[in-house]
Amino acid sequence: MEILTESELKYLKKKLKREPNRLEKEIVGAQWSEHCSYKSSKKYIKLLSKDWKGIIKGPGYDAGIIDIGNGDVITIHIESHNHPSAVEPYGGAATGVGGIIRDIISMGTMPIALLNALRFGHIKSPFASNEISISREKDNELYSYSKWLLKNVVRGIADYGNCIGIPTVGGEIEFDESFTNYCLVDVAAIGFGKRKNLIGNIIQEDDIIILAGSSTGRDGIHGASFASKELAKENRSAVQIPDPFMEKLLIEVTKEAIEANILKAVKDLGGGGLSCCLSETAANLNKGFEIALDKVPIKYHDMEPQEIMISESQERMLYIMNKGNFKSFAKILNKYEVPFAIIGSVKNHKNLVICKNGKTIAKMPSHLIAYAPLLNRNSRKPKYIEDLRVKKISVKLPHDLKKTFLNMLANPTIAFKYWVFQQFDHEIGLRTIVKPGMTNSAVIKLNNDKFLAAKLDGNSKVCYQDPYEGTLSCLSEARANIISSGGHPIGIVDHLQFGNPENPEIFWTFQKSIEAMIDFSNFNKIPIVGGKVSFYNETKIGPIKPSPVIGMLGLIEGMTCISKIRPTPHDTLYIVGITSDDMGGSEYFQFLNGVTGGTVPKLDLQIDLINADIISRIIKEQLISCSHDCSKGGLSIALAEMAMGSHCGINIDLDKVPNNCKRVDFLLFAETPSRFIIGTKNEEKLEKELSKYKNLKYSKIGKVTGYGDNITFASKNKKIIDIEMELAKKYFESISSIMENH
Amino acid sequence: MFYIILLFDPKILIPINVFLKHQMQKIGIPVFPGSNCDRDIYHVLTHLYNIKTDFIWHKKENIKNYNAIIIPGGFSFGDRLRAGIIAAHSPIIKEVKRLANDGVPVLGICNGFQILVESELLPGSLIKNNCLNFICKWTDLKVRNTNTPFTSKFKKNELFKIPIANGEGRFILNEDQLKEIKKKNQIVFSYHQDDPNGSIDSIAGVSNDARNIVGMMPHPERTCQPELKLFGLNNSAMKIFDSLIAYIKKISS
Repeated sequence: MEILTESELKYLKKKLKREPNRLEKEIVGAQWSEHCSYKSSKKYIKLLSKDWKGIIKGPGYDAGIIDIGNGDVITIHIESHNHPSAVEPYGGAATGVGGIIRDIISMGTMPIALLNALRFGHIKSPFASNEISISREKDNELYSYSKWLLKNVVRGIADYGNCIGIPTVGGEIEFDESFTNYCLVDVAAIGFGKRKNLIGNIIQEDDIIILAGSSTGRDGIHGASFASKELAKENRSAVQIPDPFMEKLLIEVTKEAIEANILKAVKDLGGGGLSCCLSETAANLNKGFEIALDKVPIKYHDMEPQEIMISESQERMLYIMNKGNFKSFAKILNKYEVPFAIIGSVKNHKNLVICKNGKTIAKMPSHLIAYAPLLNRNSRKPKYIEDLRVKKISVKLPHDLKKTFLNMLANPTIAFKYWVFQQFDHEIGLRTIVKPGMTNSAVIKLNNDKFLAAKLDGNSKVCYQDPYEGTLSCLSEARANIISSGGHPIGIVDHLQFGNPENPEIFWTFQKSIEAMIDFSNFNKIPIVGGKVSFYNETKIGPIKPSPVIGMLGLIEGMTCISKIRPTPHDTLYIVGITSDDMGGSEYFQFLNGVTGGTVPKLDLQIDLINADIISRIIKEQLISCSHDCSKGGLSIALAEMAMGSHCGINIDLDKVPNNCKRVDFLLFAETPSRFIIGTKNEEKLEKELSKYKNLKYSKIGKVTGYGDNITFASKNKKIIDIEMELAKKYFESISSIMENH
Repeated sequence: MFYIILLFDPKILIPINVFLKHQMQKIGIPVFPGSNCDRDIYHVLTHLYNIKTDFIWHKKENIKNYNAIIIPGGFSFGDRLRAGIIAAHSPIIKEVKRLANDGVPVLGICNGFQILVESELLPGSLIKNNCLNFICKWTDLKVRNTNTPFTSKFKKNELFKIPIANGEGRFILNEDQLKEIKKKNQIVFSYHQDDPNGSIDSIAGVSNDARNIVGMMPHPERTCQPELKLFGLNNSAMKIFDSLIAYIKKISS
């Protein structure tokens, strides 16, 4: 495999003033892969960084660190494992979880929760008879491949997270044909700790470098380079092998060592293996390392130096400490029977020196390795975007809206993901207050009066048609979820996933996504605390749709501020926000009618912020009994989720909904952002509060009825949808039967 | 000094005595590499019941002065070979056997149950759930035997909600064994209506013949605070700990 481009090799020679040897080329090649170096995206990621109060570490580090007061800190990071998961879903997804957990412990905090966002090609649903299933009836093989990926990705995440005892508290899954034969597996981890326990990352000459955990083998060789190209050929040896038990031991070792205050620096080994870990750490800490490669514990005696340097064997950690602390650290490692070795020491010379049997076999400045020459990628607005916007679209008004509504409920992107999250231990740790399922966001307990809301959101369908507006709506949706849970947003993480960046049209969509992130963050004053970029998400059939996944965290001050989605019988329901018929990228168009095109919803940042603030305020003042945002599937789905969540019927008068929709089906399924549904038993007080805001669009739209009653929507005094609770649930909960049916 | 003066006051003498005894009661939590519910149980015992609790590393030999042992859930030794089997052969389990022989109450939760079964302290086997998946959800449990140190505060046949989280929770034994444990009244908990694992006779927890050792798949410690419960359900799963605390107080008084 050619690991360096011609110009990169030239640059390297010039800097070294000599010809690099094979080992040096491999080391640099791993670090300069797109996956590790961010050579296409770094310039843009830097724009996301800003000095925010309370943000101890922002984008560009292993994890973002947020100060939440009282000496407590939250760490968060998100990563994907797309290429490996598409080839070997079980191992790929599991090692993705492992990597992100090690990032959290590297900072000196302990992981307390995991979330995931998954994307797959369509799975066949006998419950949802839509355009896609009709036109692709013949593609049964593709459907079963997607199912196979979904099943094993879920199992990989479950087996890993369950074993190490970190609860998986939330997630999100989208199905779209651009992920056919492929999948996106994004995992986010949240850590919690004390500011005083954060790893200092200050090292001195002669400090010792210890490698602990699994032995280094041949798994994951060229993993980073593999992830930096289109998925052309299945390369299973580039996929790492998961060992959650070793990970659990490393967590315990690190915890004890932090408590004993003996660690100066900690770094996990991920993409690029030792090469990236050593060069990045040395460069970040502005020192040099001298490494004795023969000291690295290896799985096979005949491993070549370059194999040892770029192996991505999992469950390995690097620890740097003062020599004097070695004995106490060795005692901890021995207690847990974790293999380890002193592999080198810190030097002041700022070079990464690799030795074998006392002979230097590679020597390069660590800065040179760690900082790849950045690229200027060309970008150009894709032609298809304008075409789709002006495309004449004809979607027939369905004559049976009840059937349409049930098909929407059974749409796997919208349907209840019980089959998935019941495989994840989401209770362990005694923190999970709002559990996965029909929720706005996960809510976990930090201590007696502080709670954390966390959510991941993405929408590749809208991002495909307009990456700027699409990314904005993902951000708005994530914020709406946090707000609806009662949280105030404290940080954003992003995972930006695209096709080949060498294609200017794809690179343009990436730039637009970044622009949206910056605009939203600045306007709303919510800091971006970390993120990742993943390019080359392509298969033979083409690139994926632009798929930024947005993670947001919110702080909830006290139990009484936690708002839930479930209404209680006889609540009065209100909607805040206006519904408009920009149906481009909606599930209704895309999934049900197989139509790509039309204008996508445009986010008004000002209105979005005002609406969110109002919801926040009325939750704090306890004027409402439940709240929910409107997102995928629109207001009818949001209301149905609320009804099914508490097993209570609802009667909704659609004529009362503030809207400018031409058709009733658009009104039901439009995905206009900045809308919230709230329920109350205190109409008078709520209306008094809402009426304080001039220009606020809100309206009373209906009532919650009793347990087990029907879900009904009326227009012009006629019930256009009237569905028994059990029937709605049967469609909404259909994923289990799809997945268990072979 | 303060205590001594108080001790001379006959009116306060008794409460202080009780207080001191209460402080002397001690529960041990054996910890194996891969245990992961150890801290949750520790939290419940120390914060909610104010009981002195020790983590006991699995290599420890010769433990003493424990009024009860709770073996936590998790993946001891990564579930290698078979869930619980390696832990069953550890030094600490030898000690648990010795204490159990002396009548000390022992509770195994989830992986702790698997370890007790593999140590042959409890009958039966725990195999892969019949759906072949890991399942984490809330279930209804029925108390079948109230005559154990962990169930005395329940009414017979009382129902309560409790979460399960396991991949290998399907309890099985052969017909003769089933007859025997039924005869000896060793079935402590069973799933009500919905059996998530496919266990024989819907068994969720059993005891030994002497009834001081109980193993159960569901996690009572995960119901310890009202806000952790699904839909604000009642708190009765905590009666398992209430019963134990009452039992050890009675025994040591």
